[in-house]
Amino acid sequence: MKRLLLLAAFAAAQAPAADWNIPTLFAELARARPERAAFVEKKYISILDRPVESSGELAFTPPDRMEKVTLKPKPERVTVDRETVTLERNGKRQSLRLRENPAVAVLVESVRGTLAGDLAALSRTYSIALAGDRAAWRITLRPLDPSLGTLVERVEVAGAQARVGIVEIFQADGDRSVMALSPLAR
Amino acid sequence: MAARAPAIVLWLLLLALCGVQIANSRFVADLSSFLPAAPTEQQRLLVDQLRDGAISRVMLVGISGGDAGARADTSRALAARLRQDPRFASVANGAPGDFGRERDIVLAQRYVLSPNVTPQRFEVEGLRAAIAETLDLLASPAGLVLKSLVARDPTGETLAVAEALRRAENPNAVEGVWATPDGSEAVLVMRTRAAGSDTEAQAAAWAALEATYRELAAGKALTLVVTGPGVFSAKARAMIEHDVQRLALVSLAIVVTVMLLVYRSALAIALGLLPVLSGGIVGIAAVSLGFGVVHGITLGFGTTLIGEAVDYSIYLFVQSEHAGDENWVKRFWPTIRLGVLTSIAGFSALVFSGLPGLAQLGVYSITGLVVAAAVTRFVLPQLLPAGFRVRDVSGLGRVLVRVAATAARARWIVPALAAAAIVVLATHRATLWEPQISALNPIVDSDRQADVRLRASLGASDARHMIAVHGATVEESLAAAEKVTATLDGLVGAGRLAGYESPSRYLPSQATQQARRESLPGAAVLRERLRQALAGSPLRAERLEPFITDVEAARSSPPLTRESLAGTAFEQAIEGMLFRDPQGRWTAMIGLRPDARSRIDLPAVAGAIASAGVGSAVLIDLKAEIDNLYSGYFERALAMSAAGLGVIVLLLAGALRSPARVLRVMAPLVAGVLVVAAWHALAGTRLSLLHLIALLLVIAIGSNYALFFDRAATVQDHNAARTLASLALANFTTVASFGALSLSSIPVLHAIGSTVAVGAFITLAFAAMLSGAGIQFAHGHNQNAHDPPDGR
Repeated sequence: MKRLLLLAAFAAAQAPAADWNIPTLFAELARARPERAAFVEKKYISILDRPVESSGELAFTPPDRMEKVTLKPKPERVTVDRETVTLERNGKRQSLRLRENPAVAVLVESVRGTLAGDLAALSRTYSIALAGDRAAWRITLRPLDPSLGTLVERVEVAGAQARVGIVEIFQADGDRSVMALSPLAR
Repeated sequence: MAARAPAIVLWLLLLALCGVQIANSRFVADLSSFLPAAPTEQQRLLVDQLRDGAISRVMLVGISGGDAGARADTSRALAARLRQDPRFASVANGAPGDFGRERDIVLAQRYVLSPNVTPQRFEVEGLRAAIAETLDLLASPAGLVLKSLVARDPTGETLAVAEALRRAENPNAVEGVWATPDGSEAVLVMRTRAAGSDTEAQAAAWAALEATYRELAAGKALTLVVTGPGVFSAKARAMIEHDVQRLALVSLAIVVTVMLLVYRSALAIALGLLPVLSGGIVGIAAVSLGFGVVHGITLGFGTTLIGEAVDYSIYLFVQSEHAGDENWVKRFWPTIRLGVLTSIAGFSALVFSGLPGLAQLGVYSITGLVVAAAVTRFVLPQLLPAGFRVRDVSGLGRVLVRVAATAARARWIVPALAAAAIVVLATHRATLWEPQISALNPIVDSDRQADVRLRASLGASDARHMIAVHGATVEESLAAAEKVTATLDGLVGAGRLAGYESPSRYLPSQATQQARRESLPGAAVLRERLRQALAGSPLRAERLEPFITDVEAARSSPPLTRESLAGTAFEQAIEGMLFRDPQGRWTAMIGLRPDARSRIDLPAVAGAIASAGVGSAVLIDLKAEIDNLYSGYFERALAMSAAGLGVIVLLLAGALRSPARVLRVMAPLVAGVLVVAAWHALAGTRLSLLHLIALLLVIAIGSNYALFFDRAATVQDHNAARTLASLALANFTTVASFGALSLSSIPVLHAIGSTVAVGAFITLAFAAMLSGAGIQFAHGHNQNAHDPPDGR
């Protein structure tokens, strides 16, 4: 906890320049073109000695469609389109609505909202803090709803300019996942 | 004097016995009685389901108006309150957190519920593959929920069970509760404990629901709509009760008024009603004896008996010269008896219509008429006080004779109208018949639409194709279901079927459960196998002690039974899929899930069933069966009506012994039927099978009048005017009572009432015009009337 406070103090000390702040960052993110990126995701789970790793492609089509195609270790496709999340795996499809699954929504929206640069939507679900500068920024999203906080402690998204580089999800039980994105040629 | 005693004693004894029977009768109002007594296996299953099955217990609730928040709050509050109500077995509104017990069962019973449990899965290789799959899942976005389970369930059986039990599509939800697709209406699904055919209990449950809602929604601008078979039955019953009372009163009032006007004697009215009451009492008792229950609609139909059975006493009172006139029996009884027989032939079409509800009407009417006629013939004459005489109606008769004579001059009108009717029927032939079974349903359109809307929003409409299998026991039927689903799995794998729902998923047969338990290794063996399987894995075997403990427990756990699922959503799910039919057999229903284009490869499914080697398995297409059902019994009603008509003609031929006379009797009847049918066509009423049967009744009832005219044409009647007056009176009471029936809001009663009332009047008019009775009656002064040659 102490460390956290320290970090917060550090972030405050490193307050971004007046002409570059959360709204300007999100405005830039919102202007960014549709993007495809390769991703490598590592999940650190307490029961496992090593992180489990998956990789594939992440594509975002403004304003609100996101597709995460996992190639390894098992082919899998998650599509988020407006309200509906569809999971395809082993030839089976499963759909759910974000409104009815707040735990899923809190994960999905952090990534999609950031990629979309939709500050208004993110602000409804998270408190948002920004650290760093335009060349290397990091935003920290914390769920506003305390009941969701028991699941996801915070989501940190780091990037440069209008490009998201790393999404880190910190779960309340201490497990976490790190997804690194590298842009693919269109 | 001594000779009269037996008849009266017998009569009183009969009434007493019937009274006892009626006192012990059960009165029902559910509409499934008006479903056919299904001839085929598929249809029988369908009808059983609609009557007592899970489908019959469903109540759908829609809450509209206000804003989404208010609707969701009310939905939640209503669900919470009704879950405490013992009348409801379950209340679902889509709010999460409902399924704690179900989750516990899935977790605790995963090793007997999971289709993946085989001995191989718990060998080293099987464990390695299953755990690798779980780790892959942990890497996937779906992994979040699994994480906490890995130590207890590294082979992912909980997920496998959840997957197998998962519904294809979840209903739309707004503010956390189910809603219609447009979100404007919150939706709840309830299941009553009582069967849908238990109208009393359904009405009580519905009333409790409404009362709770009113309390919760007080002051909110919300609207509640409740639908479902039980609610519809309760509504129909209320409608029937209302109608029955009203119709009986109207009918009775008309008949008594007419008798009062004619007889001017309270004693005559009381005596005249005796045959009617006797007929009604014995009729109800007969229905109760024959069917076990008496339907409300039968009582409503009973009104018509008032108008018909009173005819006999009218004939007796008006036609006989004096009390105890043996001549009356000689001269008129054969004609009346023939009329009773033709009426029986007509009502027999109802008895053999194949619909228990209509069969009740038939049995009631036939018994009632026979008893009323017998009481008139054998009891009533002995009860008449010496010197009993009703007012002479010859005056009225003479007026009628003149009217008839005038009308007879315009007899060409009858064939002209008949020809016109044929033209009308021919031009309307495309829209003549009612193809929908729902035409018999008294449920108002808005209710029906609400039901369709709520059902559609729950995705409850996929229950169209199903496979039924039977067994003498629960275990046998489940084992049969498992054999069938094993072949269906092949189709699902090949993409020819989206999926299915089987009770064996919630409750595997004991044999399957035992086989799965025996697949599980002991703690020491499992520990060793895990050590080998997990070599080099990020998951160390030591972390899986909870798994070993759970497997050990599962090896010796008591079997999962229907009882252990009591009070859970699984019980409700299974209730609709696994049930005991009236024959005492157990039936398991496997529901087939169509693909996204709502298609099912039926030939492939039929092939799979055949290859499963389960003799009792039948594939049912609910929609096709319902369509078949109606067309099947429409054809049957057509055949029965034709047979009834044939019997009437034969009866007439046997009694009259002259084709010319049969023709003379039948001509006004046929013309009358044509005109009534054409009148319906012109009024835009499509003819259902009830109209068809009602047309036969027109012939049966009309023949009573036609026979009198025939008699008058062949026998000199020394008091023709009085006979005609009695006919007119009898006709008037019949028209009045069926006319009262046509006021009913119940389609079954309205169809019969309107058709017969109009038909009876027209046939009397036609008979009077055609028979040449004008002349015969007018000059009927011959005192040497001989006995009629008809009857015997």
